[in-house]
Amino acid sequence: MKKLMLMLTLVLMPLTAWGAVESRMSVDVDPNDKPSLQRGAKLFANYCMACHEASLIRYNRIGQDLGIDDDLVEQYLIFKPETQIQEQMTNAMSESDAENWFGVPAPDLSLTARRHGPDYIYTFLNRFYVDEGTITGFNNTVIGGTAMPHVLETLQGRQHPVYEERDGEDVLVGFEVEEGTGTMDESEYRQATRDLTNFLDYVAEPIKAERQRLGVWVLLFFGVFTVLAYFLKKEYWKDVH
Amino acid sequence: MSETRSGGLVGWIDDRFPLTKMWREHVSEYYAPKNFNFWYYFGSLALLTLVIQVVSGIFLTMNYIPSGDRAFESVEYIMRDVEWGWLIRYIHTTGASAFFVVVYLHMFRALMYGSYQKPRELLWIFGCLIFVLLMAEAFMGYMLPWGQMSYWGGQVIISLFGAIPVIGPDLALWIRGDYVISEATLNRFFALHVVAVPLVIIFLVVAHILALHEVGSNNPDGIDIKKNKDANGIPKDGIPFHPYYTVKDLIGVGVYFILFSVVVFYIPDFWGMFIEHPNFEEANPQVTPDHIAPVWYFAAYYAILRAIPDTFGGVLAMGLAVMILFVLPWLDRGKVRSIRYRGLSFKIALGIFAVGFMLLTYLGTQPATGLNTMLSRLGTVIYFGYFIFLFVYTAFGLERTKPVPERVTS
Repeated sequence: MKKLMLMLTLVLMPLTAWGAVESRMSVDVDPNDKPSLQRGAKLFANYCMACHEASLIRYNRIGQDLGIDDDLVEQYLIFKPETQIQEQMTNAMSESDAENWFGVPAPDLSLTARRHGPDYIYTFLNRFYVDEGTITGFNNTVIGGTAMPHVLETLQGRQHPVYEERDGEDVLVGFEVEEGTGTMDESEYRQATRDLTNFLDYVAEPIKAERQRLGVWVLLFFGVFTVLAYFLKKEYWKDVH
Repeated sequence: MSETRSGGLVGWIDDRFPLTKMWREHVSEYYAPKNFNFWYYFGSLALLTLVIQVVSGIFLTMNYIPSGDRAFESVEYIMRDVEWGWLIRYIHTTGASAFFVVVYLHMFRALMYGSYQKPRELLWIFGCLIFVLLMAEAFMGYMLPWGQMSYWGGQVIISLFGAIPVIGPDLALWIRGDYVISEATLNRFFALHVVAVPLVIIFLVVAHILALHEVGSNNPDGIDIKKNKDANGIPKDGIPFHPYYTVKDLIGVGVYFILFSVVVFYIPDFWGMFIEHPNFEEANPQVTPDHIAPVWYFAAYYAILRAIPDTFGGVLAMGLAVMILFVLPWLDRGKVRSIRYRGLSFKIALGIFAVGFMLLTYLGTQPATGLNTMLSRLGTVIYFGYFIFLFVYTAFGLERTKPVPERVTS
């Protein structure tokens, strides 16, 4: 079996642009992975919320859903002064400031995971690369020429694209991070961005975990209902020939 | 029998209102053929879906705000802050698609067993009217969440009216109530979606059922069971709707609720088909989405629209595609009703028609590339071809039918 798989892989390989980086990385989000969601919430509050908002979610809702006590929510997630715990995740940056500083206002991230899918967010966070030709010094493969600075640079470090020449064309084959520029290694950074993506997926649909949990009981109920209905019908129809 | 009156509350009511009489006429003494098969579940399921949509819709209306700057937000408010709001909304979005699944299968059943043929022409026409109104209802409902697809989908469809010669531009303006889709459009669509159209649909459903009970149900053999009655005047092949079909339909309801719940609880957006991804972005008149795709249940008719190079021609073709259903009872001159006893060519034609319709549905959701447009034209030819074929095949006596049995087969 393994041999077969290997053979298949080798045979099919030339069909794909061999070695070129995939345009979309895939992330596995899990609304029941509370530690991941908690870490993601902290990253979001610390790194993203300087510019972005998630105005459709309330702090205390996050606390309830992710199992974080109110005082911990206030301590670790709320940075804007005089914010009540039942308020939405908004920030202090005005739209006009954002336009002056970055050219565009930072989008609200409440529904991004449902609009573009979690893979999009995950890939975006992993694909900042050094490009001296831009204002921020970084470019991104998902949104070329993005106005967003690489906010997680201190974690990931400075990532450079690696090109190889194929048939006279430069093909992006991977990335290399400058030694010692980030506090996380590659797998730690992937973990962190996965947590952040997971959190944004939760924010886009806070009820997801609950509806999946509830669904089992609903299906069980209708399963029993259908079986009973089947036997009831059989009983009633005995005399129909 | 109908002269005997029971005492008590029911007796009191019966003296003043035909409660027991109606119950007998339409339920306990309505004789339906005993040989209904799988395809006969979808009538009662369509009625059930109507109830689901009305009830869930009422609760949505309590929290939805039909205004340009708050509609989108209010839907998310329902999803997050309203108790069980997420469930109510997912039931309503799933119900919209489920409605069309059930109705399309119900209509296909009628095509297979010739349920539109004499004496059921009016019954069929009421059904077609319900179908048209259901499309209007779904279209206007889809605009209410005020997402990008709501807005731009509405823009595309309403602008089609503008393609009509002479009156077009003024007509489109009149429908929108504004030069672009705006809050004025949203408000009137809300009113029509919540009050006017459901009211007419309910009226037509009542008429549909009354017409059905007047002429009696068709069946998979296409036999008139009223021709064979026993001494009491009860059709020999008939059984009372209640309790036989009420308990049988319960099985259908159970299976339907299982499938419905799988969608509501596990795949509420149905991979972007029931709730399209761009609709998670608020309507923005300044930014057109790259690809404006209709919801799946309109896709077949949208594909027909795009298959014609000229816009007005496309609008005509799309309108004709729906209108041709109304005259089907007069196009089909077949001597037998059911597919079981019809000619081989009919069976093949109906099969091709079904495949063609599914092909059009797929193509309507895809970008209009060269190949897709060619395939859409093929699908359009198949769609109209079916009706033309059916007329030629039956009106010129080309169909060779099989003998129809006297009594229903089990």
